[in-house]
Order: sequence, then C-alpha cells, then structure tokens
Amino acid sequence: MSTELIHPENPVEQFLRSDRIPHIWCPGCGIGTTVNCFTRALIDSKANLDKLAIVSGIGCTGRVAGYLDLDSFHTTHGRAIPFATGLKLANPDLSVVVYSGDGDLFAIGGNHFIHAARRNVDIKVVCVNNLVYAMTGGQTGPTTPGSVVTATNPYGTFEPSFNLPQLAEAAGAVYVARWTTFHVRQLARSMYEMFQKKGFSFIEVLSPCPTLYQRRNKMGDGLDTMKSYKEKSKKRDGAPTSEVPLTRDGEIVVGKFVDRERPDYLTLMKAQFQASLGERYQEPEMHSGCEFEQSEIDGGTICQ
Amino acid sequence: MKADPKGVLTGTHFMDGDHACCEGALAGGARFAAGYPITPSTEIVERFSSRIPVVGGVFIQMEDELAASITLQGAVWGGAKAFTVTSGPGFSLMMEHIGYAAMTETPCVFVDVQRGGPSTGLPTLPAQGDMMQARWGSHGDYEMIALCPNSPQECFDLTIRAFNLAEQFRTPVMFMMDECVGHMTEKVVIPPAEEIEVTPRRITSRKPGDFQLFEPCADQVPDMVEAGQGYHFHVTGLTHSENGYPSMTVKSQEKLVKRLCSKIRDNFDKISLNEETDLENADVAVVAYGITSRVAMRAIRIVRERGFKVNNRKIRVGMYRLITPWPFPDERIHALAGRIRGFVVPELNLGQMCREVQRAAGGHAVTIPVPHAGGTVHDPETIVAAILEAAK
Repeated sequence: MSTELIHPENPVEQFLRSDRIPHIWCPGCGIGTTVNCFTRALIDSKANLDKLAIVSGIGCTGRVAGYLDLDSFHTTHGRAIPFATGLKLANPDLSVVVYSGDGDLFAIGGNHFIHAARRNVDIKVVCVNNLVYAMTGGQTGPTTPGSVVTATNPYGTFEPSFNLPQLAEAAGAVYVARWTTFHVRQLARSMYEMFQKKGFSFIEVLSPCPTLYQRRNKMGDGLDTMKSYKEKSKKRDGAPTSEVPLTRDGEIVVGKFVDRERPDYLTLMKAQFQASLGERYQEPEMHSGCEFEQSEIDGGTICQ
Repeated sequence: MKADPKGVLTGTHFMDGDHACCEGALAGGARFAAGYPITPSTEIVERFSSRIPVVGGVFIQMEDELAASITLQGAVWGGAKAFTVTSGPGFSLMMEHIGYAAMTETPCVFVDVQRGGPSTGLPTLPAQGDMMQARWGSHGDYEMIALCPNSPQECFDLTIRAFNLAEQFRTPVMFMMDECVGHMTEKVVIPPAEEIEVTPRRITSRKPGDFQLFEPCADQVPDMVEAGQGYHFHVTGLTHSENGYPSMTVKSQEKLVKRLCSKIRDNFDKISLNEETDLENADVAVVAYGITSRVAMRAIRIVRERGFKVNNRKIRVGMYRLITPWPFPDERIHALAGRIRGFVVPELNLGQMCREVQRAAGGHAVTIPVPHAGGTVHDPETIVAAILEAAK
C-alpha cells in the first residue's frame, strides 16, 4: 500500500529563498510563524508575486525581506516606511508591504509611521512586536511593558509603553488588527484582508522572544509563551483601541479593531491636481530606463 | 538618449540658481523629488512642486530629511529618477542614507545649498562648509562624486550632469551649491530637448534567473533593474555578494567596498570636469569653486590691473576652478605644483579643500589658504594679498 503525499513539497516553499535557509531566528521565535502566515495570505489572495515588494528595516524582523522570494529591500534602521512610500508612489502598480519590528517601526521610525498613516499611503505594515530590541541583545523598546527586566532596565522598566492599535487608528490607518503568533489562522486571514484594502493598513503580531524577553523575565520558553497567549488572549473585534493596551501579565485583546475607508494619498493627489489644473495635469510617468535600441558600451547598457 | 521634451523649458530665462537647478533636474529626467523645507534650498522643491503636475511625476514633502533621503531611493527602485534638496542641518541628517545609496548603488542626486554652520548657523547666508561632509559624511569607505556650480546657468547644466553621472556609475551624486549661487539671478539658457544628452538607467538586458544585481560590468558598474519586473531581487545595506544576499565575510567586504571605491577612481576621466584659466606659465594658481571662484576672478583681475611684480616681472596668476571637487583631481594639481610657485585656496570655510590641494601638491608648491567663516563672500583684497605672498 502506498501513501500519497498531499503536498510533495512544503506549499510555502515557493515564496521563500530556500538557498538562504537556515535563517537567523532563534528556536521559539515567532517571526517565522508570521512569515508562514504571510505566505498563506499570498496563496489565498492569489497575489501577483512579480508586483509585490517587501520592505524591512533593521532588526530580527528586518531580516524577513531577505528570506522572501520577492523584490525585497532591507533598508536602514527605522526607514522602511519612507522607502516604501517612495517605491509605491513611483510605481503604484506594486503592492508594497513593510515588515519590521516594534523598535524599528515605533522608536527610531515612529515619526514615519504616523505620517504615512496620516497621508494614507497605500502600504501594508506588519509589525512583529516581541516587546524588546532583540537583535542588539534585549534592550527596552517603545512597546516594552512596565515591570519587566531588560538589558537596559536591569532593575525593571518604568517607562509607559505605546498601545500600537490606538496609535495607528489615531494617526489614520484604515485597517488595524492585532494577533499573536498563537493565532495563525486569524493572522493569515487578517493579512489576506490587508491585501484587499487600499490605504495604510496595520497589523500588530505579538511574538515571543524566548532568548531575550521571556527567559530574562522567567516566563519560560517559546512553548510556554504560546500557552500564555492562548490563556490570556481575548478576541474582541471592533474593540475601542483605547481599551487594548498590553501589560506584562494582563489580558491580550486581539481581533480586527479598525476597518474603514479613506481616500489614499495618490487618489487625493490626483483629484486635487485635476481640480486645480484640469487638462494640464499629467499623470505621473516614471521612466528612467531606455526605450530605444540598446548596445553594449563599457560592458554596460547604454542607449543610442 | 535625448531629454524628454516634457521636462525641458526651452528658452532664455532670467532665473535664480535654485530655480535653474530645478529645471536642470526636470531636463535631466527627474520625475520624483522628496524634500523637507530648509533655507536657502526650499525654492528648488517649491518650483518642482509647481512644475511636476504638468510634467508628470511626484513631489512629496516628507516629515523630515531622514525620510526624504530614503523616500527618494524607494522611488529610484520603483523606476524613477529622483532627488532631494536640502541645506546644512538637513544635509547632516541625510548622511546615513548617502551611505545606503553608495552601498546599494542607488543612482540619485542630493542637492545641498550650503549655508553658514555648524548647527543652525546662518540660515540665510552663504558658506562652503559642507565640502568635506559631502565626501566623508557617511561612515565607512566609499568614493563620492560632487559637483559645484558657480552660476545659475551652471545650476541648470550641471544638475543634468549630476543625474547623468549618477546613472552611469550607479551612485549618489552630491550637488554642492551655496546660498549666493542659489539666490543669484542671471540669464539661463535652456536648449531644446534634442540638444540635451540624458543618460538612461543601466537596465539589464538579461532575463530573471540570469542576472545578478551587483555583478559589475567591464566598467566595474553593475547594471540594474527596477521593482515589479519579475527579477525578485534583494537589496540590503549589509555587505552583500553579487546576487545581493547578505555576505558578512572579510572577503565579501573587501571585494564590495574596494569596487565601490574603484568604480569611481578608475573612471576619473569620465567623471571629472574642471576649468583652467590662464594657467600656462602661471606663477600662482587660485583654486576655487562655487561663488568664491567669481570673487577670486575679481582678485586675479586686480592683480593684473595693478601690475604687481616679483623679481621685476609681472605676476602671472591663473585659476583652477573645481567643478568636480570629488573625486579630487590629484594628478592635475600635482602636475601644476611642479611648475608653479604656489596655490591660493579661498573658500567659505576655515580650510577644507585647501587640505586636498596641499596633499596633492606634495610639497612641490606652497599652498596658501584664504579662510572665511562664511556669512558673506571674501573681500577680494584678502585673495590679492594671498596671491602676492604665493608669488614670492
């Protein structure tokens, strides 16, 4: 009797640069889980992978761009969103996803986040929130809750932290959801919905950092964190975002909080120019390349 | 290829350097600008924001210069020719992204209309204090191309050249104006589009799977693609191998960083353009750039008019004008040093390019700086005095 393989190869492998595996993430880390959900969303949304670009900043989550077999950009610390803004505005046919961490997006990059949300640039932002700066060794970040020990708060944190969904909603995001890496199906579904939205969309994914957050705070390993996510999570779609802050041991409110319509940046821009300039307005055309016959000069491609 | 006529405002104009720079960018093919307001550069993006909706492109005013200097690079990878415009404090904020552009070989132009510094300094008054910053401002090793116009006409002509060099060598180019040149109004002739040469992006003719984004051609510069074409390429600021993947080894670092430098150094003759006036048989060469080159020309005329002599012979003084301060013309300055008495280097800083002149001269001729802290231009007499001293 033979056994037929349902999937002769891993169905998400087609989305990965398998020649770059093994990845750098620690055992128990949740970033890989989110990438798995992301690829599921790509399957479900039948995305044209040639027209999908992924932009990351710096940090553990910043490495996601390098593992996905897409046009991918690993930019500077905190600046994934403005890079993505330029990419999207220069080529609106692209679907542009920003995939980065809490420190990258909300400390060094916080200003860019609120302004891109305000402008409603049509980019999708996934924030893997592991509550610390992990790549650099577990320092306090803007989402680190109070009363935990970090590399830079050895006597305990005391700074108030950001409530990311509330920040995103206040700044103008049209889609705001939060899940944990325990909620793989819900997260994949949310990512699918994000691809259907036009405008600045934001998903926060709470993720374990067993190496630098849970271990230091005697919270166990990755599996223990998943158990705690299961116990403490409460799904409340449409919950007022002011009521969803995260604390060290408190309830984790998950769900889709915001799903609304606002005209995006390019729509507003074109409407304004058309109203002001009428037929004089020219739609953006970005052709830096060569449309003429090409020949080889200096080994490079120079137009005649 | 020839310029796209949509961006070319052919005709004879009376305009300032800032506006001429904007017209040069449009003629050179720029269809995307990201900026943040800062005196005395703002007029460039103000004009761009007014012109671009009828030319076809995008201007976006970003939340700060950190954003502007990376937004433009996103636009480049999206297929646009793009630039940003700033002045001292904003230029300081952009340094990390100049390094990112150098490392990722992203062709783009940074315009810096120099004002007095450090810090907030003199927002509305001229200086030339960012010349070393343009060369060395980002961390690590790389070579830089920088251009210095000394008139509104050159703000137009050389901005086109800046975009062309950026594309030809896949590198950021610094366009180093100063407040005087930016706000000076003169005649600017914009030729017909068919008379303007524009360098297109080096888009590869290879197919996906057969192309590496950082594999150099014979001129050491790799060809390029833009996002959305099916290449599924990777761009990172990490040290990378020719396929773009991070490769943080000593070997990869040496191979990549040495090429980033040598693709500029070894192509010096294609990049460098400087102007020599009356240097045959000269006793003294004034080395100057930007607005200071025009003040220096006045000083040179004064020396001639007054008939100053050394050893009963009239002093012969000429000018070496740095239009391309970076890469620095080491060999030419060295050659001049062998047959003149001295260099005089007036600049609106307390001594930046004069160090390069002195280094390149290698002790064969004296180098006399004429420093000025900025805020106005030199009194020509200070340059005259230095010329007399150099001629001794």
